[in-house]
Amino acid sequence: MDNLSQFEALAEWLRGALSAGEEFSLGYSSESSEFIRFNRAKVRQAGQVQQTSLSLQLIRDGRHAELQLSLAGTPREDRQRLADALAQLRQTLPLLPADPYLQFNREAWHSQVLQLEALPDSAALLEQIGQAAGDLDLVGFYAAGPLSRGFASSSGAFGWHQASSFNFDWSLFHANGQAVKAQYAGQNWQPEQFARRLQQAREQLAYLGRPARTLEPGAYRAYLAPAALQEILELLGWGGFSARALADRDSPLQRLHAGEARLSPLLQLHEQVRGALTPGFSSEGYPRRDLELIRAGQPGETLVSARSAAEYGLPANGASPWESPESLTMAGGELAQEDILARLGSGLYIGNLWYLNYSDRPAARITGMTRFASFWVEHGRIQAPLASMRFDDSLYDLLGSQLEALTRERELSLSTSTYRQRHHGSSLLPGALLSRLTLTL
Amino acid sequence: MFEAFATLKRHFAALRSEAEHWSLRYVCADHQQLAMRKRVAEPPRFSRDQGAMLSVRLAGVEAYAATSDLSHQGLQAALERATQMARRIAPQALLDLRELAPSEARGEYLSPGLEQAFPSIAECYQLLAAESAAVPSDPRLVNWRVGLDLTQVEQLYLNNSGAELRQAQRFVYPQLSVTAYDGQDSQTRHLGAAHLGQQGGAEALARLGLIGAAPRVAEQALQLLLAPNTPSGARDLLLMPDQMILQLHESIGHPLELDRILGDERNFAGTSFVTQSDFGRLQYGSSLLNVTFDPDIPEELASYAHDDDGSPASKQYLIRDGLLLRPLGGALSQFRSGLPGVAGSRASSWNRAPIDRMANLNIEPGTHSLEQLVAGIEHGILMASNRSWSIDDARNKFQFGCEWGQLIEHGELRGVVKNPNYRGTSSQFWRSLTAVGDAATREVLGTPHCGKGEPNQVIRVGHATPACVFSQVDVFGGAA
Repeated sequence: MDNLSQFEALAEWLRGALSAGEEFSLGYSSESSEFIRFNRAKVRQAGQVQQTSLSLQLIRDGRHAELQLSLAGTPREDRQRLADALAQLRQTLPLLPADPYLQFNREAWHSQVLQLEALPDSAALLEQIGQAAGDLDLVGFYAAGPLSRGFASSSGAFGWHQASSFNFDWSLFHANGQAVKAQYAGQNWQPEQFARRLQQAREQLAYLGRPARTLEPGAYRAYLAPAALQEILELLGWGGFSARALADRDSPLQRLHAGEARLSPLLQLHEQVRGALTPGFSSEGYPRRDLELIRAGQPGETLVSARSAAEYGLPANGASPWESPESLTMAGGELAQEDILARLGSGLYIGNLWYLNYSDRPAARITGMTRFASFWVEHGRIQAPLASMRFDDSLYDLLGSQLEALTRERELSLSTSTYRQRHHGSSLLPGALLSRLTLTL
Repeated sequence: MFEAFATLKRHFAALRSEAEHWSLRYVCADHQQLAMRKRVAEPPRFSRDQGAMLSVRLAGVEAYAATSDLSHQGLQAALERATQMARRIAPQALLDLRELAPSEARGEYLSPGLEQAFPSIAECYQLLAAESAAVPSDPRLVNWRVGLDLTQVEQLYLNNSGAELRQAQRFVYPQLSVTAYDGQDSQTRHLGAAHLGQQGGAEALARLGLIGAAPRVAEQALQLLLAPNTPSGARDLLLMPDQMILQLHESIGHPLELDRILGDERNFAGTSFVTQSDFGRLQYGSSLLNVTFDPDIPEELASYAHDDDGSPASKQYLIRDGLLLRPLGGALSQFRSGLPGVAGSRASSWNRAPIDRMANLNIEPGTHSLEQLVAGIEHGILMASNRSWSIDDARNKFQFGCEWGQLIEHGELRGVVKNPNYRGTSSQFWRSLTAVGDAATREVLGTPHCGKGEPNQVIRVGHATPACVFSQVDVFGGAA
């Protein structure tokens, strides 16, 4: 039985099993994944994971509870597990008080996306990677296979998103410990595209062989490549656009929303659902829509989950329960790719940042490290790789008064996160030229 | 308990494979999340995650296949997929494991108090409601949440060399946080930061201090709101256990993971400033520093009898009198490196393969009472409850932030300060350790959220540590 048929059959069984006054939502998540880890251009660890789970929410008399369960893949066993889950939730609901913030979408919306493509045979792929890498010290991770997400409700809503994809995320290391990072992800593996990306990384590796430059703490001009900017925006996504975090005074952007701090008018941020690789519906059963999060540096819409909608009287807009962006895009600017080094002049070219966190969350002050393909540049020319340095700055400076320009070109990055399961998620970002970045250690 | 094991053993005995070694690791994890936020019960969330990983070794090459189909046919199919994968990767395999002996261990491990039922859902909500209601009415207290997570895990490991390991554990994670806001600044105070967790039953709730804590935590959030910023400059630093565990975790635990040192994690979690040749030679910290891998403290989160590769766990000194002795590496990494290690090959669940992890990583107590630690500081600061952590990919340059700070002058605790941060480098920081608190200052804590590995894994680790003093550390506050 294919994934869609399996989910439809379970949802249909559940509809038939409901008692009067009960409502449900049913989420579905499945993957059949191939995982291959590389170290020194050889396979360090490899395997396959087949897993499917349901998430059942039962509602009655204003009370609700949720139970997630693994499926075995055999119809009779899975129906029994769902029946057991239903029975457990029926026993639980009478023990709970009514929830004043319960909001259940009773619209009977439909959404279906199927993007299944043939993925490369892993034996052939390994041979290609091995030949292309040669004697390079390549370390990385390949994940591939179909992902399925579904949603059904007792009100007749039904969403299905199924797509196959691969994501090869790797680094090339120089003998001196310096490294460059690269990613090749998509739905159709093209050997020549992979070879081109590997060649680009190989060329950067040549610069990394020079003696590293250790800088003194202080203020420097800096260029953040899209991957580095992505790290900053991922941190900002941790409460920055959340309706709940703003209401609870726990958002790093609460001073922006209060009119006490400003971001650069160059800044335009969107949660871009149309055309993204993420499902068009949330796990709570709301269709997702495009949202303008930052408009010319001014606060725009917020991400509103169903619970926040009920608590704060806002319209739910398909945000996840944790209200973080899943397909963030930033508008590009006027800086041409070929002019980056010249406009930087002397300063830091930062390929990636790493391990960001808040030094002072209400003030949006953050810290983090440089990592991978970061260079010292003088007079528009790369001079030396950079020894890892720590920065500590306010977002209102980095993305505010110190933001000089954004690149015209943007880079698409697909999520490499595989905590518990492979994740959807993407970002489309430019690079950013900063007049000042404060290094502290 | 162990209801599924008899069937799984029967299915395993009937599996057929051409591999020289194969194993089954079954995990069934039941989670329950309950919470009250501002006196309103949040809907409970339950989950049951179960499946098995079949691993094979074929001509010295290992591979795995994980499945949630636990029928004989499902397990046999997974075993065959793992075998196919081993055959496919063989030409490019990094390791030849023909000489690595598989486990033949047999045993059982149970969390303390597992035979006693945990309080019912209704009783748990009553407890949470009482704490939530105990937060005083003050318009500056804008948000508070009290929660209780419970996880019960049953695990079975079998292999074709006769190993059979049964494990049943229960983990308790209480949570309490209060946020105060004055119109511009906000300060959040947690009970024990986000690092409260132990094995056991209801008694763990009392042991970890949840019951009756809400008024004190709320009062501390209000105190922080009124407190001045932490001043900048070099000071002696007294770290309390709920920050010490983070310092220990990030700047001793991760850099000592042997798979990092062997390069496996360079693309994601990072490498280490420690090299293979440092063991037995590097003076990692001052002579007061004694760090152990200790699976024998029953309530600590990662106490167990065997790791997920079947290696028997026993207490080992990683650092003794400041000298680095052994890494955190399981049997496979020990085989690769020739170094000694610990039984720390662990997987986050059935769908992830074991890798080198911290388990219980502890600092052995010293001789100073808390009063003596404070009295020994002329110009310093106490910091408690981690709230921010950042460290470079070699686990050397770090910056950590805490919720709670108190200045220390002339051997006495003085006023509260907010936004306390400090930074340094691991390789030098531990050498500035000047005093270690006694057993009375030690707390058994841990975290359920240690991330690492490709594919990613988040796993529980235990940390028990006393309060400690470090000399002349660079401290600073938040934005003005």
